[in-house]
Amino acid sequence: MIRLPHRFNRLQTLGSQSRETLARTQVLERSWPFFLDLCIAAIGLACFYAVVRIAMFWAGTAEPDIVISLRPRALPLYAFYSVVRIGLAYLLSLVFAVGYGYLAAYNKRAEPIMIAILDILQSIPVLSFLPGVMLAMVALFPTRQLGVEMGAIVLIFTGSVWNMAFSFYSSLKSIPKELVEATGIYRFSAFQRLVQLELPYAAIGLVWNSIMSVAGAWFFLMACEMFHLGSRDFRLPGLGSYLQTAADSGNGAGIAWGLGTMVAIIVATDQIVWRPLIAWSDKFKFEAVESNKRVSSPILHLLTHSNALASVLRHTTTPLSESIYARLAARRERKLMRLAEAGAPAGRRRTAVLQIVLLVAVSGVVLFAAFQAVQLLRPVQGSEYLQIAKGALATFLRVNLSLALAAAWTIPVGVAIGFHPRLARIAQPLAQIAASVPATALFPVILIALVQIGGGMGIGSIALMLLGTQWYILFNVIAGAMAIPSDLKEVATLFHFTTIQRWKTVILPGIFPFLITGMVTASGGAWNASIIAEYFRVKNQTLQTVGLGAQISAATESGKFPLLLLATIVMALMVVTTNRLVWRPLFRLAETRYKLGN
Amino acid sequence: MPAAIIRAERVEKYYAQPSENRIQVISPTDLSIVPGEIVALLGPSGSGKSTLLRMLTGLSAPSAGQVYWHEKPIASADANVSIVFQSFALFPWLTVLENVEAPLKARGMEPAERRRRSIKILDTVGLDGFQAAYPKELSGGMRQRVGFARALVVEPEVLFMDEPFSALDVLTAENLRSELLELWQKKTIPTQAIFIVTHNIEEAVLLADRIVVLGRNPGHIRTDFKVSLPHPRDRKATAFTQLVDYIYKVLTQPDAKPPALPTTPTGKPVRDQRQMHYQMLPHARPGGIAGLLELVLDHHGKDDIYRLADDLAFEIDDLLPIVDAAQLLGFLTVNEGDAAITSTGTEYANGEILRQKELFRTAAVENVLLLRQIVRAVEAKSDKSVPEDFFHDMLDEQFSEEETLRQLETAISWGRYAELFDFDASRRRFIQPEKLVHETDVEHTSRTEGEIDA
Repeated sequence: MIRLPHRFNRLQTLGSQSRETLARTQVLERSWPFFLDLCIAAIGLACFYAVVRIAMFWAGTAEPDIVISLRPRALPLYAFYSVVRIGLAYLLSLVFAVGYGYLAAYNKRAEPIMIAILDILQSIPVLSFLPGVMLAMVALFPTRQLGVEMGAIVLIFTGSVWNMAFSFYSSLKSIPKELVEATGIYRFSAFQRLVQLELPYAAIGLVWNSIMSVAGAWFFLMACEMFHLGSRDFRLPGLGSYLQTAADSGNGAGIAWGLGTMVAIIVATDQIVWRPLIAWSDKFKFEAVESNKRVSSPILHLLTHSNALASVLRHTTTPLSESIYARLAARRERKLMRLAEAGAPAGRRRTAVLQIVLLVAVSGVVLFAAFQAVQLLRPVQGSEYLQIAKGALATFLRVNLSLALAAAWTIPVGVAIGFHPRLARIAQPLAQIAASVPATALFPVILIALVQIGGGMGIGSIALMLLGTQWYILFNVIAGAMAIPSDLKEVATLFHFTTIQRWKTVILPGIFPFLITGMVTASGGAWNASIIAEYFRVKNQTLQTVGLGAQISAATESGKFPLLLLATIVMALMVVTTNRLVWRPLFRLAETRYKLGN
Repeated sequence: MPAAIIRAERVEKYYAQPSENRIQVISPTDLSIVPGEIVALLGPSGSGKSTLLRMLTGLSAPSAGQVYWHEKPIASADANVSIVFQSFALFPWLTVLENVEAPLKARGMEPAERRRRSIKILDTVGLDGFQAAYPKELSGGMRQRVGFARALVVEPEVLFMDEPFSALDVLTAENLRSELLELWQKKTIPTQAIFIVTHNIEEAVLLADRIVVLGRNPGHIRTDFKVSLPHPRDRKATAFTQLVDYIYKVLTQPDAKPPALPTTPTGKPVRDQRQMHYQMLPHARPGGIAGLLELVLDHHGKDDIYRLADDLAFEIDDLLPIVDAAQLLGFLTVNEGDAAITSTGTEYANGEILRQKELFRTAAVENVLLLRQIVRAVEAKSDKSVPEDFFHDMLDEQFSEEETLRQLETAISWGRYAELFDFDASRRRFIQPEKLVHETDVEHTSRTEGEIDA
């Protein structure tokens, strides 16, 4: 669900990784019947009901008070806690994404349902998962702290997993047919196919989406580490809660310290983790000729040339994988022998019957729970429906206004940067640094300033959405402008096109596919950001404005589950509908008419 | 005759359609591969060569019929076969050595033995010293050598090759072909039989001990004969050229008797595509047809197709659709592998562009049902436009999805060229062409043709 600010840096690789960033295209092209939509909606409602039911049942233990210290000395420990949390959540996301993508790609029957579930889940904002996840986790783990920690980790996970799952799935679906046939004819086991074909093929997409996911995790860190749920106040020691507390008390120095630490960590992660990863994943590029543009990383160089590491690997993973291969080959032979002796496999009918029984049982339970969830909506009053409708409209306008504003400044600037290599050399690193700061961390500063000059949350929320999402559009526009062939530009010069004609016939059509990619990502991000952008605590007061995001946040904080459910449904509905009605047709147009080359 | 290693018995491939009929790709076919021979499978595109190869290897299961490996069903047998792919299908992230070792790894072989065998086979195919290279660092020919090494390292009983040389340049292909032949003849490799799919007739005659020619719609065996020319074979020898000429004749002649129609156990009707409503449009561009006719005219109006192909350095997949199209439009007649230009054909080849279009228009409306129907539908509608889906659905009854799209694409290209109709790509509708005043007409048409040829 999170397609939020990340450093779309290293523009030179942007073109070649369009397959990965366009992972959503595959979904936008997918159509599924209305019936399936209903099923998914029912399943979603059912899950919600189940979690809330369990959560309400288990809730109600006292909590120890954790006081967030604002002294800078506390920062290293807090930062460490936050990094561990994000790291664990990321690992969880990776494992889940690979498993989910694999199942979805290879199970024909489950595929459409699983992809539909992904599409809907990623349109649900993080905070809507919060009550269920948090209450369930606290109840699941007897040690209080562990429960809350697990809750925060799962929350971050829900914010970062979906795009990775999409990426892995679409990579699997686009593996060239002859490579798959080669693994078949040379008797690769599923394990060998995963290690030697599927994971390498998906590696580049996974790396890029990992970067996006972790950036998203930083964006929502404040929301995930400190929040109210009904009468309960959850807080975890961490960088996010530090920033939140500093904002709460209006402590300028605290905010500055927190921000500085966060930026330092992000820059360090980039150097220590992402750059080596990107450089390493270069070898998985599926291309016929070697490209000369490469990302270099001293750390990767160190790792690959380390004798110690090599010898460790030689004594651990190598023998292990050898024994796995030997065992798999033996198993395959035994299976063939049995097949040759037994002839046709028996007992197929029994499994079919079992499947049908299972299907009926599951759909029965789902239907019941969905019905119950709808019952949960009963206490919602007419006026509240009206409020939500109003909020939805306000947020819708806000999201689109921020998109329009972002496009208005990024298109000319992006085209200018893309057309002038010398300007690009100066502007690009600056933009990358600017984009690397999570907008949420800057938000308190901006809000305090806004309040002082008399602005309110209305402007503030648009500013945050803009801050969080403009980079997607900017970096995509730059890439698009760079991709316009120079002969097209020369034609425009040769025939003395007027400026308007130039933009209409060369530049806008040329950047169109890139612009759409950026806008889709930005739009999803802006919807998600609305939960923070429209409702924020600063200087001991809660600033909020009319909007769906504010309603979700408020409902979470006051523990009004029916209202939270309703608002979440409305938001998911709006996001999915916009994707279908607006972005999908535009994507198709970009793919057909405005595709440059081939 | 020695016992067959692989024997296909009445194998066929079809796709079930949602409606009552189904698309037959390959009609029931018997085929055996016996030890000691190189079999070449030739056929025009759309005759199911690759599909047949994949069924023989056990990669894809036939819709009906059975493939036997040493008289055991291939699905439960441990068939020792390899495939050399047209696209090489190497793993770009593995080194040359790792690529070659991968199949042995899958068989659970010891690391030391695995390495020894891989290096030996790399040596055999001439890749000594390239072990640590990645495929993307190699040229096409070197990459295909890795493909060969990987296929041979498992010591397959039957080596399958799916157009292995068609992605290579002429000289590299020639070089690799002769090296393969040498390995085979000197018995350097323990392979019992080689099965090669190709659309290059000369390649088949150069290599094969036996040639199987497939026809299409649906795929079926047209002829299956032995080649007893001694090696090394001389392309210029009379026996060689006669054989090539003969294969061209087989390929261009209509079937004397259509292949037997398969019967379905479920009682669903299987229709022979040639007896169906729409004829299959050959995927040729109008510009290509004009070019071919001019060439025939240069050859005094009549010549061997084989010689024409030679002149153009075309392979059959390139040439046959154009010949078929010219034949369909009545510009060319083909008899016994000889192409002869008709009187309209001559006029077409000599005409200037507007006259060419006129002739093409008349011929197309007269001979091509689909174009005739599109024109009539567009004229009949009050808004002078018909959605593409309408014709898509009709063609879908008869062709596979992929073929339907290609049929529509060809129809659009012909219709636009002949100015029978235009196609609005953003609304996916057939529309009436815009009539222009005469002065700009010439300019406009020449531009359109430029686009079609591009």
